This record gives sequence, structure tokens and C-alpha cells, in this order.
Amino acid sequence: MADGSHPFIASRRGVLAGGGLLLSFTVAGKAGAAEAGGAGGALNAYVRVAPDNLVTIVAKNPEVGQGIKTMLPMLIAEELDVDWDSVRTEQALNDPTVYGRQFAGGSMATPLHWDELRRVGAAARVMLIAAAAQGWGVPASECTTASGVVHHAGSKRKATYGALAGKAAGVPVPDLKTVPLKDPKDYKIIGHAKRQVDTAAIVTGKPLFGIDVTVPGMLYATYEKAPVFAAKVAGADLAAAKAVKGVRDAFVVEGGTVLDGLLPGVAVVADSWWAARKGRDQLNTRWADHPTAKQSSAAFAAQAVELSKAAPQKTERNDGDVAAALKGASKTVEAAYAYPFISHANLEPQNCTAHFKDGKIEIWAPTQNPEPGRQLVAKTLGVAPEAITIHMIRGGGGFGRRLMNDYMVEAVWISKQVGAPVKLLWTREDDMRHDFYRPAGWHFLKGGVNAAGDIVGWHDHFVTLGENGVAARSAGMGATEFPARFLTNYRYDLSMMAAGIPTGPLRAPGSNAIAFVVQSFIDELAHAAGADPVAFRLKLLGDKPMVGDPPSGYAAGRMAAVVKLAAEKSGWGRKLPKGSGLGIAFHYSHLGYFAEVVEVAVAPDGAVKLVKVWVAADVGRHVINPFGALNQVEGSVLDGLSGALHQKITIENGAAVEGNFGDYQLMRINEAPPIETHFIKSDNSPTGLGEPALPPIIPALCNAIFAATGKRIRQLPVDTALLKSV
Amino acid sequence: MAFKLNVNGKTLSADVDGDTPLLWVLRDTLGILGPKYGCGIAQCGACTVHVDGAPVRSCSMPVESLGAAKIVTIEGVGDSAVGKKVQAAWTELDVAQCGYCQAGQIMSATALLTAKAKPTDADIDEAMSGNICRCATYTRIRAAIKLASGQKTEA
Repeated sequence: MADGSHPFIASRRGVLAGGGLLLSFTVAGKAGAAEAGGAGGALNAYVRVAPDNLVTIVAKNPEVGQGIKTMLPMLIAEELDVDWDSVRTEQALNDPTVYGRQFAGGSMATPLHWDELRRVGAAARVMLIAAAAQGWGVPASECTTASGVVHHAGSKRKATYGALAGKAAGVPVPDLKTVPLKDPKDYKIIGHAKRQVDTAAIVTGKPLFGIDVTVPGMLYATYEKAPVFAAKVAGADLAAAKAVKGVRDAFVVEGGTVLDGLLPGVAVVADSWWAARKGRDQLNTRWADHPTAKQSSAAFAAQAVELSKAAPQKTERNDGDVAAALKGASKTVEAAYAYPFISHANLEPQNCTAHFKDGKIEIWAPTQNPEPGRQLVAKTLGVAPEAITIHMIRGGGGFGRRLMNDYMVEAVWISKQVGAPVKLLWTREDDMRHDFYRPAGWHFLKGGVNAAGDIVGWHDHFVTLGENGVAARSAGMGATEFPARFLTNYRYDLSMMAAGIPTGPLRAPGSNAIAFVVQSFIDELAHAAGADPVAFRLKLLGDKPMVGDPPSGYAAGRMAAVVKLAAEKSGWGRKLPKGSGLGIAFHYSHLGYFAEVVEVAVAPDGAVKLVKVWVAADVGRHVINPFGALNQVEGSVLDGLSGALHQKITIENGAAVEGNFGDYQLMRINEAPPIETHFIKSDNSPTGLGEPALPPIIPALCNAIFAATGKRIRQLPVDTALLKSV
Repeated sequence: MAFKLNVNGKTLSADVDGDTPLLWVLRDTLGILGPKYGCGIAQCGACTVHVDGAPVRSCSMPVESLGAAKIVTIEGVGDSAVGKKVQAAWTELDVAQCGYCQAGQIMSATALLTAKAKPTDADIDEAMSGNICRCATYTRIRAAIKLASGQKTEA
């Protein structure tokens, strides 16, 4: 907190009121810098031990359902050597000067914190031991710890952490790089299933979420923006809105043109949200013409086909001679794949509570990425970043949507205008029609196989959204994307078209579309070669454990292992009834190796029943919290299936058509199949689970549909009308 | 106008327009924040409460239609034996991810188990498919309902 009133950073070292202790230290950055501000940023002040032995551990990152408020403190508690039952966690404020980067994205929390936060816990333990040893006049090396107690076997003395904490605060902070860590065989918390720290509050309906924030004197706001993204307000019946009972104010916000900033709109502020909505219904807002008002999904698709016929704008990778290889192939396949815009559809619509007062701003936001929000607010409102305090409130789902902070700057602007704290809540329709969509994309593929069942050439002309040679946000594809580097003859051409549609990261960005294309086309080539899809994939992965160099190296050996395991667990090759099929796919993203098998049964009317899913995963040597890990894997799998079967945002006249769950379907319980998940504990550092289970499920589904029906799905969402057999 | 509402066994007054949905009376007027807004059109179930024991979508129920009906929200559902059992099962299996929908899920599950002590999978599908979980915790929701009803879950 900028004003220093937050207990954890009030001083680098200090005793709290009530006799509690603040253990606070500078944690070296990843590069091992000795001082705060080194690579990776300064981290400190995570651990507090009260005299009654209650251990408070700060959870540094925003919680949006990924379980991080539980998992990161588990790392600290393990090395601190306390019982998990004695730990209470506390959400940090957004303050990168103390906690480094605080965000929920990229499945990065595990790889970024696995080492550092264990060392934070270990350092605190060393200080507690030092305090005990000094007091007893014994060597620290003779002391041990267990369950929050320091023991000295020789003198049969012991002391609780709570009793030692005051003295430990004065002990020199050990070097975090060399602080001793536990042997993993002694872990009592890491690798053991722990419930989310907020579970009790969730099941009893306690106010935890952004939408539940209540501030004295708070007003409620709604904000109407143009259906055509960033169009300006031409007029609105403000007086009619203000005439509605309970409405305090209604006004036009000029706004700008940057899609993730403050866009033009009309705010209605009232004593209750319902009154604000009723006021909004009276606005009859008129919108100015806008250059993107003619755009449509259909036109983008038609333009993509045209671009695919022309010379590509760029060639991103060109290994060997694909044209010659395809000429010499025994069989070739050509296929056009396409996927639509889709929405994040967080169940909690975007919202934010803000209070602009005396040049200072206090914000309560369910954001995945508070610091860029602070910068956006500072720039838009013309205040210093230090004058802004951001409370990170639990978000009702993230999925990448809350990496943007448009709702935050809107709430602050409205609060400033009305001179009161304001809770801004978007309607569901606002949320769905003003998203940063997973970008639509089009891939025009040619591939060939030889008589031995090898892929001899692969050519992808990828048509994506972008301008001036730069892909729109989350619309790019890397030049090392699989199967690049695994084939002698591989070519990746790229063309772009301008869109003006807001796009952004959605759970496993890039991968959530690319895996569908790549792993489906591999399946097409396997069938062209007359090969078994599992054997064909294993042959493609080859015998080398690693292909390419770090950091973009691809551990082909780890992938082959999960492919084999998924095949084995699913009973790959077993006989299935007519209309049923198994499909497999694999994908590497977010440092995780995943192979998944789907079993489907397709009815004569084309309806797809999801029978079962098998997941084989390698995210390293520890699954830190099995409870959370399984939930993330299952959620990712069902999220991918939900999108593949149902979801599409259609752009017409420059605007999103779908607006609510009537026309934008999410999977419901009656469709959800059982999921069997298996982890391979490989000798690699643990990595994250928020995303990498999602990408392979989509092609696994489509490949299963092919196995069941002989019909290839090349466009999402799956059109079941194409699968009818009667 | 003023309405008297029976919420979680207490009589509360709210001075609101009669067409105001129960959800917003609970949340903004009475400060009962457990029921959530998700869609406003009875499509997602995040706002589910019990009205005389039946699960209803409070976002689409005008306050003037309630009369003296007994309203129970997630804040009060634990007062019933079935509600308490459901909450315990949700805790035991750590069902939630983000948790936003779970108040509504628990209300629907409690209504189901009150009406039918040992629901089949088909019963669960029917009673629970009005509640969206965007995080897709469906396998655990099903298992928790089975657990609360004393039935074994197959792997």
C-alpha cells in the first residue's frame, strides 16, 4: 500500500501491535541478486507468527479460481515447517515494490515461485532456529524443527515459533540462495491435497467477490458502450434516465479509441444497481458512425480464403523444400481449418468498485493483472501511480479476461465524476459484447506422407487478424510451433487482415486454437498413411528426448511418455460399437506436456455424447496440491469441450451478436463426462496447471468424432448437423 | 413501496418498486450477498434461492410476486439438515474453483435432495442443468451430491 498503512510493509522489520512478529526480508531475484530490485523484483514480508502460534502467510497473487491463494502459501508453510492447520492466509495488496509482479496468467505462478517461496519459508525457519539457539546457548546446527516447534535434543528443550518470533525478528536474514531446503521425501504439505483456504466461505455464501464489495456511501453504476467497438456517443436521453426513481446521475463519457482503455459510453449512477439499469433503459443512446461498422465474421472468412489464394505476406519458417516433397509424396491431403471468436464468459460479469477522493484513488477489483490497471488509471485520470491503492478481490473466474482492466478505469472515472464511491457492474450482455475475444483464425494446410508412413512435407498458410505485420493480441503463432523442427520439409506462411475487433488471451491463448488445427491434421495424415493415430504420432515425435534448444526446446521424450500412457489407460485399440470412437491428441504449452483421449458416441441424429476422457500429464516431479491440480485439469478439459461443441461469437455490422447464455451456450452438468487423470512425475521442476490441459482436448474430441463417423471436423464449433447418419 | 419479506426465518422490509427482481432486493437493499448475478434471464442459476422450498432464479422473480413466501438463501440453507449435509459434502470434496456459482449449485442440490433422498444420475442431470459452472466443476458437483445422499460414487 502506497500510504504505508499495510502491516506487512509498514517497516522492513517491526513488531506489530499485539505482540505479533513480522518476519521480513529481501528475497533475491531469480538471477540471485543480493538486493531488492534484482531480476525478478523484490519480494519480502510473507510470514507472521503470533504468540498463539497462528501463522499468517501472505498470498501474493490474485485469486480467480485457480487456487493460488492456497498453493503459494503451501510452498512457504512447507519449508517453514509448520502444520497447515496452523496457517491462515491473507491476500496481499497490489504492491510490486514489495511482492514483485502480481498477476494470474500464463500458468506461471508455479514456475515463478516454486523455488523462491520455498526459500522464503526456509529463511524464516532458519531465523527461528537461530533465536532459539541463542537463547539456549547451543549451536543452531543441533536444533531441529517440527510442526512449528524448535527442538534441541541434547538438552531436551523446545520452544514454539510463537514464543520465538519476537526474538527471531532481530536475527540476521540468511542468504536465500544457500538457505537449506527439505528433502522432498519429508514433505508434509507439498504433494498433499489441501482444500482451498476460502472453501468454508464459499459454501456458506460469504461476500468474497468483486460484486460483493461494499463501501460506505457507495453508489451503483452501469455503463453503456457502443455495440460497434469504440464508436462515440452521438446522443442520449440523459434527462429521461435521471427521471427514474433512485437514479442520481447520468452522463456521457467522452472516452478514447484504445480498445483496452476507457471507451466512450454513457454512465448511469443510482442508489441501487436495478435503478441504474432502469435508468439505462431510458437512454435511447445514439452512436456515431465508426470505420469498423461494416465488419462481419462472414466477411473475415471470405477474405481469409482470398488471402490464402494469394502469395503470403510473410514466410515465417521454410525448412527443406515442401513443394518438392509434396510432389514426391505417396499421398497428399489439403484441408482448410477455421475457428471462431469466442468469449471468456466469466460467470461474474466484469465489475469494479472505486473511490476517487482528494486526488487519491482506492480500487477494489477482481483483476488478474492489477499493476497495468494502476498504470492505465494513472494515465487516464492524470494521477500519480502512487496515489492509487488496489485491493485484489477474488474474481468469479478469470480465463484471461481479467488481465485487462477496462472495467477498472471506467469505475474510477465514474467515481470521480459523481464524487462518491461507486460499484460498477456490467450486465451479462455488456460482458459478452465487450470482451477481448479469442481471435478467429484460418489455416490452409497441405501435407504429404510416404509409403513408410512418415510425414514428408507440411505447409500451413495461416491467415490471422493483424495489421502492419503485427498479429492482433493472441492471434499469432510462433515459428517453433509443433510440428516445426520435427519435419525436414516444413513451411509456415502468414497473412493478416485488419479487424478492429478486440482480442486477447483466453485460457491457453494461441494453443487453444492451434492444437485443434495441428493435431487434427496430423490425424488426417495418419489416416492417409493407413497408420494407427497413436503409432503415427509416436513415430513423428521420434527418439530424441529433446528437440530444439532452451528456452523453446520441446521435450519429445516427455511427450511420447504421456501419449503412451493416455493410450494405455484409455484402452486404445479396443473394439467399440458402431457410432463410437476414440480420438487422441497431444500438445505442449505453458511448460506442460499433455496427451488426452476422448471417447464419443455419435447418435444417428448427429448428437455427440461424451463418454469418457483420459488425461496423461507431465508437469514435473511434484503435483503441489493434488486437490487443486485435478480441479484445474478437469476444468480445462471441460472448458475446451464446451468451447468446441457450442461456442461462437459472431460479428455482424461490426458488433458481437451473442449476448447471453441463451445464444452462447456453456457446457452443463448433463454433458460432462467422467475424466480420469494420470500424472507422470518426471524429474523436472514443477510447472503450472491453469491452462495446458485444455488445448489437446479439442482435437482429441474431433479425432474421436472422425473415428466414430468418418467425418472430419475442420471448423469449430462442431456442427452436429454434419454428423447425421439418417 | 414497502414489502415485508420472510428471508432465512426473519421478516425484513424493503422499500423498492414492485417489479424489482428479488435478487437485487436481497443484494442491494438487504445486503444479502450470497445469491449472485450471472445472466439476469434465468439461464445460469447463480442467483438460485428457495421460495417455499422450491429452487427459483431470483433474478427473474419480481419482489411483488412473493407475498408471505418463505425465502431461503445460501446464508440460511445450513439451518436445514439437508442443506448442512450438502455444504459439508461440498467442503469435503473441495468442489469449488472460483466459487461464484456454488451458492446457486448448493441451493439447487439441497432442493433436489430434499425432494429425493437418493437421486440417480439422471435426476442430478435434470435438477442441476439449470446451474452453469463456468469453471466446470461438474464431476465434483455430481460426486458431492452422491456423497451428501450417502451413495457411493463410481470412479
